[in-house]
Amino acid sequence: MTDARTDDRGAAADVNPERQPEPEQVHGAPVTWSRGQRVVHPTGATYLDVIRGLIDDGFHVCVDLTAVDYLTAAGRALPDGVAPERFEVVVNLLSMQRRERVRVRVQVPEDDASLPSLFDLFPGTEAPEREVFDMFGISFEGHPDLTRILMPEDWIGHPLRKDYDIGRIPVQFKGAPEAR
Amino acid sequence: MTVVHEPHADTSEGAQEMVPRSQLGAAELMRELGSVLRLSEAEAAAAAEEEPGEDQTMLINMGPQHPSTHGVLRLMLELQGETVLRTKPIVGYLHTGMEKTAESLTFLQGGTNVTRMDYASPLFNELVFSTAVETLLEIEVPERAVWIRMLLSEMNRVSSHLLFMATNGMDIGAVSMMLFGWRDREEALRFLEQVTGLRMNHNFIRPGGVAADLPDGWRDGLARALDLLPDHLEEYDTLLTGQPIYRERLQGVGIITAQEALALGATGPILRSTGVPWDLRRDLPYLAYDQVEFDVIVGTYGDCFDRYAIRLNEIRESMGIIRQIVDRMPRGDYRIQDKKVTPPPRARIDESMEALIHHFKIFTEGFKVPEGEVYVAVESPRGELGCYLVSDGSSTPYRMHIRPPSFVNLQCLPHMMRGGLMADGVAVISSVDPIMGEVDR
Repeated sequence: MTDARTDDRGAAADVNPERQPEPEQVHGAPVTWSRGQRVVHPTGATYLDVIRGLIDDGFHVCVDLTAVDYLTAAGRALPDGVAPERFEVVVNLLSMQRRERVRVRVQVPEDDASLPSLFDLFPGTEAPEREVFDMFGISFEGHPDLTRILMPEDWIGHPLRKDYDIGRIPVQFKGAPEAR
Repeated sequence: MTVVHEPHADTSEGAQEMVPRSQLGAAELMRELGSVLRLSEAEAAAAAEEEPGEDQTMLINMGPQHPSTHGVLRLMLELQGETVLRTKPIVGYLHTGMEKTAESLTFLQGGTNVTRMDYASPLFNELVFSTAVETLLEIEVPERAVWIRMLLSEMNRVSSHLLFMATNGMDIGAVSMMLFGWRDREEALRFLEQVTGLRMNHNFIRPGGVAADLPDGWRDGLARALDLLPDHLEEYDTLLTGQPIYRERLQGVGIITAQEALALGATGPILRSTGVPWDLRRDLPYLAYDQVEFDVIVGTYGDCFDRYAIRLNEIRESMGIIRQIVDRMPRGDYRIQDKKVTPPPRARIDESMEALIHHFKIFTEGFKVPEGEVYVAVESPRGELGCYLVSDGSSTPYRMHIRPPSFVNLQCLPHMMRGGLMADGVAVISSVDPIMGEVDR
């Protein structure tokens, strides 16, 4: 196992300004590199525009949409100008022509956990956005059917949040034996 | 199947249920189709006017206990006579919170968790998880481990596609095919059992390599399967491919276009059936797939028959890859010699204090993975299987997300089934080949 070298080329640029004088940007959003994978960091306001720009660049397929709750790991590495928030929505895009992937990470604040929906751009994000809503409680504005998808409709709470304990819910089936 | 007379009457699904037509504006109804088909507003309005009124349609419920729904998939269907208008897949019956569980398991234990997601192709889950961990660790696995992984993956692809052949035959009514498919899948599983010790849920591909070296006599076990299968595949051709009844049931049924499939994020045989030659093994090679020769099978019409034919021929391609792997299997280590990641050999523990400590540390505390996040994808039998892994520097993942191909592919169902007959719906579900374990996780 090699030592964890810095993945953030933006940070590396500060150390060695001659190699990369300007931090790399895509459609106005800063770019970092994570283990050789390109990551774009738009804000909630520029999210749709950056995705639209990436579609124009040839990233026509939205492979995956998910989220991370950084409640207990707030001090993660982010490029300059991106303020860490509790939630992060992660979108993986693919360009079949260029055989390239790009990842979009958007910060989503806890007190206003919502983002515009990608449904109009990628209809295939319908189910993944419902899953993120179900598991993290992040709502997507403009989503046609934002309901729970994996958990029962009357479930309380969002299980993949870090403050949602595992094993907290008693067995819900009728006639279940008492806890030993 | 239950007839739902009133909205929310017979089920407790609440808002997850399909909304009746009266509560749904024409614009909303076309939103579902329009966004995929890229209709203009005028076109959408015109199409909505051709829609029947609510008094002509019926909402019915198919599953989750229906045998053709491959486990516990439930479909809300809106029918006009026998024609399917709208379909809404309802999932979640197998949800056990595996992504949440993964956050409390170490990177070494994670394999036992992910292998249970897509239980028809468990080795791919282990492969994508292990690759993600290795990418975060920035280690390279030894060459022999890479080729063992390829060998097992391709054998698993064969067994998974044979399972599709069996269930597809069962759904269409070709019961002989069901028996043939299960019989031949057993041959593939027999080889996997010889190597890994288990028929399913192997937990054999682990971060750093594989759990053990190939056993003595693995070539003989493989030769048995490779000798049997080609003749049996010929039998499938006789039994199904050229059979008029079978073709009648599948050809022109459940058509999806390349444009729709790409918009919906479909991958694997569904995307390839529309003529898009996209296979991660060839286009974004991982393991050593750039060193073996194989063809990417594509269809033309995007119907159920193309998806069947693609899977049948992918079995043949996989066997071709396996033959190349057998000839070129390199010698060497089967896992990385890094004591911080992989446990030392059992014999070393008796003679080396250091080996004992490493062994103890790895199995109690696990190994630490540097901070970072990666997305890694492999081509599973059902499409792109991805793993998004976030580490905070501890020995458990901070977040582990699997991108399950079946979950995304299921979104194609409403488009494939629209306008078709209810009876064809069974063939369409079967051709999507969903594994509910990975849909619900």
